[in-house]
Amino acid sequence: MIVEEKKNKVEVCDAPNSQQNVEKGLSLVKYMIIGILFGIVFVKAEIISWFRIQEMFRLQSFHMYGVIGSAIITGIISIQIIKRFNLKSIAGETINIPKKEFRKGQIIGGFIFGLGWAITGACPGPLFAQIGSGFLVVFVTLISAIAGTWVYGKFSDKLPN
Amino acid sequence: MDQLIDWITQPWPWYVAGPLIGLTVPILLLIGNKTFGISSSLRHVCAMCVPAGIPFFTYNWKKEMWNILFVIGVLIGGFIATNFLANPNDFVLADQTRADLTALGITDFSGLMPSDIFQWDNLFTAKGLLFFVFGGFLVGFGTRYAGGCTSGHAIMGISSLQWPSLLATTFFMIGGFVMTHLLMEPLMKLVGY
Repeated sequence: MIVEEKKNKVEVCDAPNSQQNVEKGLSLVKYMIIGILFGIVFVKAEIISWFRIQEMFRLQSFHMYGVIGSAIITGIISIQIIKRFNLKSIAGETINIPKKEFRKGQIIGGFIFGLGWAITGACPGPLFAQIGSGFLVVFVTLISAIAGTWVYGKFSDKLPN
Repeated sequence: MDQLIDWITQPWPWYVAGPLIGLTVPILLLIGNKTFGISSSLRHVCAMCVPAGIPFFTYNWKKEMWNILFVIGVLIGGFIATNFLANPNDFVLADQTRADLTALGITDFSGLMPSDIFQWDNLFTAKGLLFFVFGGFLVGFGTRYAGGCTSGHAIMGISSLQWPSLLATTFFMIGGFVMTHLLMEPLMKLVGY
Protein backbone atom coordinates (compact mmCIF):
# COMPACT_ATOMS: atom_id res chain seq x y z
CA MET A 1 0.00 0.00 0.00
CA ILE A 2 2.78 2.39 0.93
CA VAL A 3 4.63 1.43 -2.22
CA GLU A 4 1.55 2.10 -4.27
CA GLU A 5 1.10 5.52 -2.73
CA LYS A 6 4.68 6.36 -3.55
CA LYS A 7 4.23 5.25 -7.13
CA ASN A 8 1.14 7.40 -7.47
CA LYS A 9 3.05 10.43 -6.31
CA VAL A 10 5.55 9.92 -9.08
CA GLU A 11 3.04 9.10 -11.79
CA VAL A 12 0.14 11.48 -11.33
CA CYS A 13 2.41 14.23 -12.45
CA ASP A 14 0.49 17.02 -14.00
CA ALA A 15 -2.15 18.04 -11.52
CA PRO A 16 -1.57 16.03 -8.38
CA ASN A 17 -3.67 16.51 -5.33
CA SER A 18 -1.36 17.14 -2.39
CA GLN A 19 -4.15 17.65 0.10
CA GLN A 20 -3.86 15.25 3.03
CA ASN A 21 -7.34 15.87 4.44
CA VAL A 22 -9.97 13.76 2.75
CA GLU A 23 -12.46 15.87 0.82
CA LYS A 24 -15.90 14.62 -0.04
CA GLY A 25 -19.26 15.86 -1.25
CA LEU A 26 -19.90 19.54 -0.69
CA SER A 27 -16.31 20.47 -0.04
CA LEU A 28 -15.59 19.45 -3.64
CA VAL A 29 -18.15 21.94 -4.97
CA LYS A 30 -15.64 24.77 -4.59
CA TYR A 31 -13.54 23.27 -7.36
CA MET A 32 -16.54 23.26 -9.64
CA ILE A 33 -17.19 26.92 -8.86
CA ILE A 34 -13.59 27.82 -9.72
CA GLY A 35 -14.05 25.80 -12.91
CA ILE A 36 -17.21 27.73 -13.80
CA LEU A 37 -15.42 31.08 -13.37
CA PHE A 38 -12.52 29.73 -15.39
CA GLY A 39 -14.86 28.60 -18.19
CA ILE A 40 -16.48 32.05 -18.29
CA VAL A 41 -13.07 33.70 -18.69
CA PHE A 42 -12.20 31.23 -21.46
CA VAL A 43 -15.26 32.19 -23.47
CA LYS A 44 -15.18 35.93 -22.73
CA ALA A 45 -11.50 36.16 -23.72
CA GLU A 46 -12.38 34.11 -26.83
CA ILE A 47 -9.45 31.80 -26.22
CA ILE A 48 -11.70 28.82 -26.93
CA SER A 49 -11.91 30.10 -30.48
CA TRP A 50 -10.35 28.05 -33.25
CA PHE A 51 -9.79 31.37 -35.06
CA ARG A 52 -7.80 32.84 -32.16
CA ILE A 53 -5.49 29.82 -32.16
CA GLN A 54 -4.98 30.27 -35.89
CA GLU A 55 -4.15 33.95 -35.30
CA MET A 56 -1.65 32.95 -32.64
CA PHE A 57 0.23 30.39 -34.73
CA ARG A 58 0.23 32.75 -37.70
CA LEU A 59 1.66 35.53 -35.50
CA GLN A 60 -1.12 37.84 -36.61
CA SER A 61 -2.42 38.89 -33.21
CA PHE A 62 -0.89 39.49 -29.82
CA HIS A 63 -4.02 38.43 -27.93
CA MET A 64 -3.18 34.80 -27.08
CA TYR A 65 0.43 35.65 -26.25
CA GLY A 66 -0.84 38.39 -23.95
CA VAL A 67 -3.26 36.00 -22.23
CA ILE A 68 -0.73 33.21 -21.70
CA GLY A 69 2.11 35.60 -20.82
CA SER A 70 0.17 37.62 -18.26
CA ALA A 71 -1.28 34.41 -16.78
CA ILE A 72 2.25 33.09 -16.27
CA ILE A 73 3.48 36.36 -14.75
CA THR A 74 0.50 36.38 -12.37
CA GLY A 75 1.26 32.76 -11.47
CA ILE A 76 4.95 33.45 -10.84
CA ILE A 77 4.19 36.41 -8.57
CA SER A 78 1.51 34.44 -6.68
CA ILE A 79 3.75 31.46 -6.07
CA GLN A 80 6.59 33.71 -4.92
CA ILE A 81 4.20 35.35 -2.44
CA ILE A 82 3.01 31.95 -1.20
CA LYS A 83 6.63 30.85 -0.70
CA ARG A 84 7.91 34.10 0.79
CA PHE A 85 5.16 34.30 3.39
CA ASN A 86 4.99 30.53 3.79
CA LEU A 87 1.22 30.66 3.25
CA LYS A 88 -0.79 27.57 4.20
CA SER A 89 -3.82 26.09 2.48
CA ILE A 90 -7.18 26.68 4.18
CA ALA A 91 -6.91 23.21 5.71
CA GLY A 92 -3.69 24.44 7.33
CA GLU A 93 -1.35 22.35 5.20
CA THR A 94 1.99 23.42 3.79
CA ILE A 95 1.58 24.16 0.08
CA ASN A 96 3.24 21.50 -2.01
CA ILE A 97 4.25 22.01 -5.63
CA PRO A 98 5.69 18.76 -7.00
CA LYS A 99 8.87 19.02 -9.00
CA LYS A 100 8.65 18.07 -12.66
CA GLU A 101 11.44 15.84 -13.90
CA PHE A 102 12.83 16.06 -17.41
CA ARG A 103 11.59 13.33 -19.75
CA LYS A 104 11.86 12.92 -23.51
CA GLY A 105 8.07 12.98 -23.56
CA GLN A 106 8.07 16.68 -22.90
CA ILE A 107 9.71 17.10 -26.30
CA ILE A 108 8.01 14.36 -28.35
CA GLY A 109 4.63 14.51 -26.62
CA GLY A 110 4.77 18.29 -26.52
CA PHE A 111 5.33 18.42 -30.27
CA ILE A 112 2.46 15.97 -30.91
CA PHE A 113 0.14 17.99 -28.71
CA GLY A 114 1.16 21.16 -30.60
CA LEU A 115 0.11 19.54 -33.89
CA GLY A 116 -3.27 18.65 -32.39
CA TRP A 117 -3.68 22.06 -30.77
CA ALA A 118 -3.45 23.77 -34.17
CA ILE A 119 -5.93 21.33 -35.78
CA THR A 120 -8.59 21.32 -33.09
CA GLY A 121 -8.05 24.92 -31.99
CA ALA A 122 -8.21 23.71 -28.41
CA CYS A 123 -6.16 22.45 -25.54
CA PRO A 124 -7.96 20.20 -23.06
CA GLY A 125 -9.49 23.05 -21.00
CA PRO A 126 -11.07 24.89 -23.93
CA LEU A 127 -12.46 21.56 -25.24
CA PHE A 128 -14.82 21.50 -22.27
CA ALA A 129 -15.71 25.19 -22.66
CA GLN A 130 -16.38 24.73 -26.39
CA ILE A 131 -18.87 21.96 -25.63
CA GLY A 132 -20.54 24.16 -23.01
CA SER A 133 -20.70 26.96 -25.57
CA GLY A 134 -22.88 24.80 -27.77
CA PHE A 135 -20.34 23.36 -30.21
CA LEU A 136 -21.58 19.92 -29.29
CA VAL A 137 -19.65 18.10 -31.97
CA VAL A 138 -16.49 18.90 -29.99
CA PHE A 139 -17.69 16.12 -27.69
CA VAL A 140 -16.34 13.78 -30.37
CA THR A 141 -12.96 15.54 -30.15
CA LEU A 142 -13.05 15.08 -26.38
CA ILE A 143 -13.79 11.36 -26.68
CA SER A 144 -10.95 11.10 -29.16
CA ALA A 145 -8.63 12.93 -26.75
CA ILE A 146 -9.61 10.48 -24.01
CA ALA A 147 -8.84 7.65 -26.43
CA GLY A 148 -5.44 9.23 -27.15
CA THR A 149 -4.75 9.43 -23.43
CA TRP A 150 -5.70 5.76 -23.06
CA VAL A 151 -3.48 4.66 -25.93
CA TYR A 152 -0.57 6.56 -24.37
CA GLY A 153 -1.24 4.85 -21.04
CA LYS A 154 -1.41 1.46 -22.72
CA PHE A 155 1.94 1.83 -24.50
CA SER A 156 3.72 4.26 -22.18
CA ASP A 157 6.37 1.74 -21.16
CA LYS A 158 7.25 1.04 -24.81
CA LEU A 159 7.68 4.67 -25.84
CA PRO A 160 10.95 6.59 -25.47
CA ASN A 161 10.92 8.55 -22.26
CA MET B 1 -25.11 48.65 -13.78
CA ASP B 2 -25.86 48.80 -17.49
CA GLN B 3 -22.31 49.92 -18.07
CA LEU B 4 -21.02 46.95 -16.14
CA ILE B 5 -23.15 44.53 -18.16
CA ASP B 6 -22.03 46.26 -21.35
CA TRP B 7 -18.45 45.81 -20.31
CA ILE B 8 -18.89 42.16 -19.36
CA THR B 9 -20.57 41.28 -22.64
CA GLN B 10 -17.68 42.74 -24.64
CA PRO B 11 -14.83 40.36 -25.41
CA TRP B 12 -12.34 40.66 -22.55
CA PRO B 13 -8.88 41.97 -23.37
CA TRP B 14 -5.83 39.84 -22.66
CA TYR B 15 -4.70 41.92 -19.69
CA VAL B 16 -7.96 41.09 -17.90
CA ALA B 17 -8.28 37.44 -18.92
CA GLY B 18 -4.61 36.47 -18.51
CA PRO B 19 -4.26 37.55 -14.86
CA LEU B 20 -7.63 35.94 -14.02
CA ILE B 21 -6.43 32.66 -15.51
CA GLY B 22 -3.10 33.03 -13.68
CA LEU B 23 -4.95 33.50 -10.39
CA THR B 24 -6.31 29.98 -10.73
CA VAL B 25 -2.84 28.77 -9.71
CA PRO B 26 -2.72 30.32 -6.21
CA ILE B 27 -6.47 29.84 -5.65
CA LEU B 28 -6.24 26.06 -6.17
CA LEU B 29 -3.12 25.86 -4.03
CA LEU B 30 -4.68 27.87 -1.23
CA ILE B 31 -8.14 26.32 -1.16
CA GLY B 32 -6.97 22.74 -1.41
CA ASN B 33 -3.24 22.26 -2.02
CA LYS B 34 -4.03 21.38 -5.63
CA THR B 35 -1.73 21.76 -8.60
CA PHE B 36 -3.42 23.28 -11.64
CA GLY B 37 -3.64 21.06 -14.72
CA ILE B 38 -6.52 20.07 -16.94
CA SER B 39 -5.33 17.25 -19.17
CA SER B 40 -5.08 15.01 -16.10
CA SER B 41 -8.89 14.95 -16.11
CA LEU B 42 -8.71 12.89 -19.31
CA ARG B 43 -6.50 10.40 -17.53
CA HIS B 44 -8.89 10.21 -14.60
CA VAL B 45 -11.75 9.45 -16.99
CA CYS B 46 -9.68 6.55 -18.38
CA ALA B 47 -8.88 5.34 -14.86
CA MET B 48 -12.56 5.52 -13.92
CA CYS B 49 -14.04 3.94 -17.02
CA VAL B 50 -11.51 1.69 -18.80
CA PRO B 51 -8.50 1.05 -16.55
CA ALA B 52 -8.16 -2.39 -18.23
CA GLY B 53 -5.50 -3.40 -15.72
CA ILE B 54 -3.03 -0.91 -17.21
CA PRO B 55 -0.65 0.30 -14.48
CA PHE B 56 -0.82 3.87 -15.83
CA PHE B 57 -4.54 3.94 -15.02
CA THR B 58 -4.40 2.04 -11.76
CA TYR B 59 -4.33 4.66 -9.04
CA ASN B 60 -6.67 6.21 -6.56
CA TRP B 61 -8.72 8.32 -8.99
CA LYS B 62 -11.31 9.06 -6.32
CA LYS B 63 -8.78 11.37 -4.72
CA GLU B 64 -8.67 13.30 -8.01
CA MET B 65 -12.44 13.82 -8.32
CA TRP B 66 -11.84 17.54 -7.71
CA ASN B 67 -10.23 17.69 -11.15
CA ILE B 68 -13.29 16.15 -12.81
CA LEU B 69 -15.57 18.61 -10.99
CA PHE B 70 -13.29 21.43 -12.13
CA VAL B 71 -13.68 20.53 -15.82
CA ILE B 72 -17.43 20.03 -15.42
CA GLY B 73 -17.34 23.57 -14.05
CA VAL B 74 -15.45 24.76 -17.13
CA LEU B 75 -18.18 23.25 -19.30
CA ILE B 76 -20.92 24.97 -17.27
CA GLY B 77 -18.94 28.23 -17.37
CA GLY B 78 -18.82 27.98 -21.15
CA PHE B 79 -22.58 27.53 -21.20
CA ILE B 80 -23.20 30.53 -18.90
CA ALA B 81 -20.86 32.87 -20.77
CA THR B 82 -22.32 31.94 -24.16
CA ASN B 83 -25.96 32.10 -23.15
CA PHE B 84 -26.03 34.99 -20.70
CA LEU B 85 -22.93 37.09 -21.30
CA ALA B 86 -22.56 36.78 -25.05
CA ASN B 87 -20.87 39.45 -27.11
CA PRO B 88 -23.64 41.28 -29.05
CA ASN B 89 -21.23 42.41 -31.77
CA ASP B 90 -19.54 40.58 -34.62
CA PHE B 91 -16.51 38.46 -33.93
CA VAL B 92 -13.34 40.40 -34.81
CA LEU B 93 -10.54 38.50 -36.49
CA ALA B 94 -7.21 39.83 -37.79
CA ASP B 95 -7.58 40.70 -41.49
CA GLN B 96 -4.55 38.68 -42.47
CA THR B 97 -5.82 35.57 -40.63
CA ARG B 98 -9.17 35.93 -42.35
CA ALA B 99 -7.46 36.21 -45.72
CA ASP B 100 -5.23 33.19 -45.03
CA LEU B 101 -8.14 31.05 -43.86
CA THR B 102 -10.33 32.14 -46.75
CA ALA B 103 -7.58 30.92 -49.06
CA LEU B 104 -7.71 27.58 -47.25
CA GLY B 105 -11.46 27.31 -47.90
CA ILE B 106 -13.04 28.60 -44.69
CA THR B 107 -16.12 30.67 -45.48
CA ASP B 108 -17.91 31.32 -42.19
CA PHE B 109 -16.32 33.85 -39.84
CA SER B 110 -19.39 34.79 -37.81
CA GLY B 111 -18.75 32.99 -34.54
CA LEU B 112 -15.97 31.74 -32.28
CA MET B 113 -15.62 28.56 -34.32
CA PRO B 114 -15.88 28.05 -38.10
CA SER B 115 -19.16 26.29 -38.76
CA ASP B 116 -17.63 24.96 -42.01
CA ILE B 117 -15.65 22.62 -39.79
CA PHE B 118 -17.33 22.22 -36.42
CA GLN B 119 -20.72 20.81 -37.32
CA TRP B 120 -22.29 17.36 -37.01
CA ASP B 121 -22.66 16.99 -40.79
CA ASN B 122 -18.89 16.61 -40.95
CA LEU B 123 -18.74 13.84 -38.40
CA PHE B 124 -18.57 10.86 -40.74
CA THR B 125 -16.55 12.59 -43.42
CA ALA B 126 -12.83 13.04 -44.05
CA LYS B 127 -13.15 16.52 -42.49
CA GLY B 128 -14.52 15.12 -39.28
CA LEU B 129 -11.87 12.45 -39.24
CA LEU B 130 -9.15 15.11 -39.47
CA PHE B 131 -10.53 17.81 -37.18
CA PHE B 132 -12.30 15.76 -34.51
CA VAL B 133 -10.89 12.27 -34.46
CA PHE B 134 -7.27 12.76 -35.53
CA GLY B 135 -6.91 16.21 -33.91
CA GLY B 136 -8.46 15.09 -30.66
CA PHE B 137 -6.31 11.99 -30.55
CA LEU B 138 -3.13 14.06 -30.95
CA VAL B 139 -4.27 16.38 -28.17
CA GLY B 140 -4.96 13.54 -25.75
CA PHE B 141 -1.96 11.40 -26.66
CA GLY B 142 0.45 14.36 -26.82
CA THR B 143 -0.55 16.01 -23.54
CA ARG B 144 -0.31 12.76 -21.66
CA TYR B 145 3.03 11.89 -23.23
CA ALA B 146 4.27 15.40 -22.37
CA GLY B 147 2.90 15.08 -18.84
CA GLY B 148 0.61 18.09 -19.11
CA CYS B 149 -0.97 20.68 -21.37
CA THR B 150 -1.07 24.45 -21.58
CA SER B 151 -2.50 24.67 -18.06
CA GLY B 152 -0.25 22.11 -16.36
CA HIS B 153 2.99 23.01 -18.13
CA ALA B 154 2.69 26.48 -19.67
CA ILE B 155 0.87 28.10 -16.77
CA MET B 156 1.40 26.01 -13.62
CA GLY B 157 4.83 24.63 -14.55
CA ILE B 158 6.45 27.84 -15.76
CA SER B 159 4.83 29.78 -12.89
CA SER B 160 6.65 27.50 -10.49
CA LEU B 161 9.87 28.04 -12.51
CA GLN B 162 10.30 24.44 -13.67
CA TRP B 163 12.43 24.18 -16.78
CA PRO B 164 10.93 20.88 -18.06
CA SER B 165 7.67 22.80 -18.38
CA LEU B 166 9.32 25.59 -20.35
CA LEU B 167 10.75 22.91 -22.63
CA ALA B 168 7.34 21.25 -23.05
CA THR B 169 5.70 24.62 -23.78
CA THR B 170 8.36 25.40 -26.38
CA PHE B 171 7.53 22.15 -28.14
CA PHE B 172 3.77 22.82 -27.89
CA MET B 173 4.45 25.99 -29.86
CA ILE B 174 6.81 24.31 -32.36
CA GLY B 175 4.18 21.61 -33.03
CA GLY B 176 1.56 24.31 -33.55
CA PHE B 177 3.74 26.28 -35.96
CA VAL B 178 4.63 23.16 -37.96
CA MET B 179 0.97 22.19 -38.27
CA THR B 180 -0.22 25.69 -39.15
CA HIS B 181 2.49 26.57 -41.65
CA LEU B 182 3.51 23.25 -43.17
CA LEU B 183 0.83 20.60 -42.74
CA MET B 184 -2.50 22.42 -42.51
CA GLU B 185 -2.82 23.28 -46.19
CA PRO B 186 -2.03 19.81 -47.58
CA LEU B 187 -4.20 18.17 -44.91
CA MET B 188 -7.14 20.47 -45.64
CA LYS B 189 -6.78 19.81 -49.38
CA LEU B 190 -6.72 16.10 -48.62
CA VAL B 191 -10.05 16.25 -46.80
CA GLY B 192 -11.72 18.27 -49.53
CA TYR B 193 -11.31 22.00 -48.89
